Amino acid sequence: MSHHKVRITVNGTATEDEVESRLLLVHYLRETRQLTGTHVGCDTSNCGACTVMLNGRTVKSCTVLTVAADEAEVLTIEGLAADGELSPVQEGFRQCHGLQCGYCTPGMVMAATGLLLERESPDEQEIREGIEGNLCRCTGYDMIVDSVRWAADHGGAGEAATAHADGRI
Amino acid sequence: MGSMVGAAVVRKEDPALLTGRGTYVDDIRLSGTVHMAYVRSYLAHARILSIDTAEAAAMPGVLGVWTHDDLPGLPPNRSVPGMERPCLATGKVHFVGECVAVVVATDRYLAADAAEAVLVEYEELPVMATVEAALAEGAAPILDGLPSNVALEQVLSATDAEEELAAAPHRLSIRLKNQRCAAVPMEPTVCLSDWQSSGLTMYATTQTPHHMRNEIAASFGLSQQEVRVIAPDVGGGFGAKASSYPEFLLTAELSKRLRRPVKYVETRSENMTSMVHGRAQWHEVEVGFDDDGTLLALRVRITQDCGGWPDATGIGLPTLTSFMAGGCYHIPVIAPSFRSVVTNTTPVGSYRGAGRPEASFMIERVVDQVAAELGLDPLDVRRRNFVQPGEMPFATQFEGIVYDEADFPACLDKLLEHVDYEALRTEQAGLRGDPDGPLLGIGFSTFVEMGGFGPTPLFEQFGYVGGWESANVRLNVDGSAVIKVGTSPHGQGHQTAFAQIVADELQIDFERITLIHGDTATVQEGIGTMGSRGVPVGGSAVMKAAIKVRTKALRIAAHMLEADENDVELVDGVFTVKGTAQSVTMGEVAVRAFKPHLLPEGFDLGLDETAFHEPTNLSYPSGAHCCVVEIDRGTGKVRIRRYVAVDDCGTVINPLMAKGQIHGGVAQGIAQALMEEVTYSGDGQPGAGTLVDYTLPSALDLPHYETDHVVTRTSFNPLGAKGLGESGATAAPQAVVNAVVDALSHLGVRDVEMPCTPQKVWRILAEKAS
Repeated sequence: MSHHKVRITVNGTATEDEVESRLLLVHYLRETRQLTGTHVGCDTSNCGACTVMLNGRTVKSCTVLTVAADEAEVLTIEGLAADGELSPVQEGFRQCHGLQCGYCTPGMVMAATGLLLERESPDEQEIREGIEGNLCRCTGYDMIVDSVRWAADHGGAGEAATAHADGRI
Repeated sequence: MGSMVGAAVVRKEDPALLTGRGTYVDDIRLSGTVHMAYVRSYLAHARILSIDTAEAAAMPGVLGVWTHDDLPGLPPNRSVPGMERPCLATGKVHFVGECVAVVVATDRYLAADAAEAVLVEYEELPVMATVEAALAEGAAPILDGLPSNVALEQVLSATDAEEELAAAPHRLSIRLKNQRCAAVPMEPTVCLSDWQSSGLTMYATTQTPHHMRNEIAASFGLSQQEVRVIAPDVGGGFGAKASSYPEFLLTAELSKRLRRPVKYVETRSENMTSMVHGRAQWHEVEVGFDDDGTLLALRVRITQDCGGWPDATGIGLPTLTSFMAGGCYHIPVIAPSFRSVVTNTTPVGSYRGAGRPEASFMIERVVDQVAAELGLDPLDVRRRNFVQPGEMPFATQFEGIVYDEADFPACLDKLLEHVDYEALRTEQAGLRGDPDGPLLGIGFSTFVEMGGFGPTPLFEQFGYVGGWESANVRLNVDGSAVIKVGTSPHGQGHQTAFAQIVADELQIDFERITLIHGDTATVQEGIGTMGSRGVPVGGSAVMKAAIKVRTKALRIAAHMLEADENDVELVDGVFTVKGTAQSVTMGEVAVRAFKPHLLPEGFDLGLDETAFHEPTNLSYPSGAHCCVVEIDRGTGKVRIRRYVAVDDCGTVINPLMAKGQIHGGVAQGIAQALMEEVTYSGDGQPGAGTLVDYTLPSALDLPHYETDHVVTRTSFNPLGAKGLGESGATAAPQAVVNAVVDALSHLGVRDVEMPCTPQKVWRILAEKAS
């Protein structure tokens, strides 16, 4: 198995690492970078628990090879509340009880954040379409829809995600 | 100080979970950890001729490969007595996904590589993937030592009700299927075992850490103090994480042998065949009734597919189905019986509701079919047969099954305040004449189920040491409080709910209360979180412990105030001598509790009390749900236009979290009604082995839910709470299916089998059109 040097910036911090060709980005984040907020919920890219932002767009990090993310900027759930304040999406999930067990939550929050970067004020149908690729088994989704609406009304995607999307970090 | 119980406060759990700072088992890193991977059977029924591990053992990073024969003395997985399932297959495999060998390597990728390199030679055996095949004439027993594939058969009534059925003016035979579903918690099974000379520490995705500790200690011949089981943040369970899995014992055994921590992380595809499935019951129903829809007799013969190895919990579930067969109705004679059948499929265990949704689906479909047979409104038949509030507590014909306080008619009345039934019927009639419009269907579910599991004699039958729950409440010197509780949440929000209860009892700030759970080394004792017992049983234990602390604090306050205890009261966090201005705060009392020289001689220091709550009975959450569907005539797709849920869970601790529980349960019930099914081909190959094939609903598949409550406090526990976690999943399937059948009823349709997929509904429409 060949190894490659990669330089990846995660939540504003760049490191150089030597990784196997086959290492998935989600495992790079969890194992190499010790950022365990990004979860693995399936092995067929259906569940979206591993959703992160890569160069300004949401991706399922189980479908990205680490080597393909060389020189990339990644934003994970740990980077959303960069200044210690919950982002509007995180706060929306808290206020509207948009999570129960919390396992899908990091991916769901990242997907919702990505949606709000693209669309400032999505309606219910647009929210449901925007998070369709993320599965939650606890909530039945209705309170997640409320959470995203709350976020849209209280600042949207938030500072860290907006800066990431603008290429400022 | 306003009451915290009943307040919709946001959860204490959330900041960590929302920032990626939660701690699930796979997030835990111990130095030197190695990774276990399974070699699983790809055949449903086969004899193992040989296992060649040589190539795998020589691969990079591999520490070893083990089969059953390499692990002499390893105890079997938790099992039904006489049907002990070995952790690794011995001689033959019974279902696709059964564990055959394990590999341990330094890295999870290398472990997976090596598992691929293990060569297993099989001799295929005839596969019995259905109960029909397993019960066929001449079918060989799948489990060695059993005379047939019937693992358990029981009759739960003295009569078969034939006399009453024969005498009834009307009689219907109905066959119902409650299909096999997968729980699919978003976090699969994960465990990390660290066996040291001082004992074993295991981090595991479980709903029942104390129960696991007891079993693991007994299995390995360790004393309980040598085993520490920790359930940290757990990513959903839905009953399936109350079962035991071979990896718990295997990682422990291999950690002992390798003297390193051993971690196992199940993949989702493994999870779909390894984690217990739910439901999988067939009901042959005979119902007798009067001209006006009065129910006279009910016979239910239940056949449960219990899979390739009967699960210790799973095999008990048809008993619960039997007990709840009558639903919220007066039925003079109920005659249930069941048989559990071994098949070459994944074992069947608990899944949200665990035996009660099957009963509720059955009786609610029966009531609708009785109404259809007589041309009556299904609501009239329900009202005619309801057990009335004045009859509560209501003793069913089954010993110990006594419904607590409830008001079934009030739930239906409240539901109809939200639903303009007459207008819907008018619209339905109009749409039936419009070939371009959808078909409208209105379905109801008036349900009762069981919550608050215990008591001990019932729980002993499921292998638990008791049906109680335990709690400890301790005040620190600064007046802040720590709760320890034996229930172990996996999304329910115990930190928040139990802090609300203690905040009320001790009148201290909610923000100054913390909960510790899910660790057998720090929490005194516990049973676990299942059977909607968190609030009614765990919460009651918390309440009792808090009251003990308050009682002791009051004694200290009386001493400080030099007053009689009977003259001191706690109001807004301040102890006051009634009718005077003399007072001390709870904070001052907390300090005094640690000052022996300022207390009466011999006074026990501290404010630290433990209490157990043994429920005197189960509780019985109930409610009335309505589903309005639109069926597209061209595609057969069912769209839910409205879903309205009125629930009576007794006291509501936190309306926000109660809403979440109802939504989640209803979502799973809707998904069962319309989408989900674990299928097998004739040769036992799973048709839903990944999330590509298993139709877990997304946000686009599920509707907005409307919820409301009727509050009838139960007298069976001090909180008056009945539990709510399983109500939605119990109520929803039949509300949806009744609506689907109602939409098609003018075509002469009496039943549609779950799941009501577009294909199935379209075929019915096409058939009726021709």
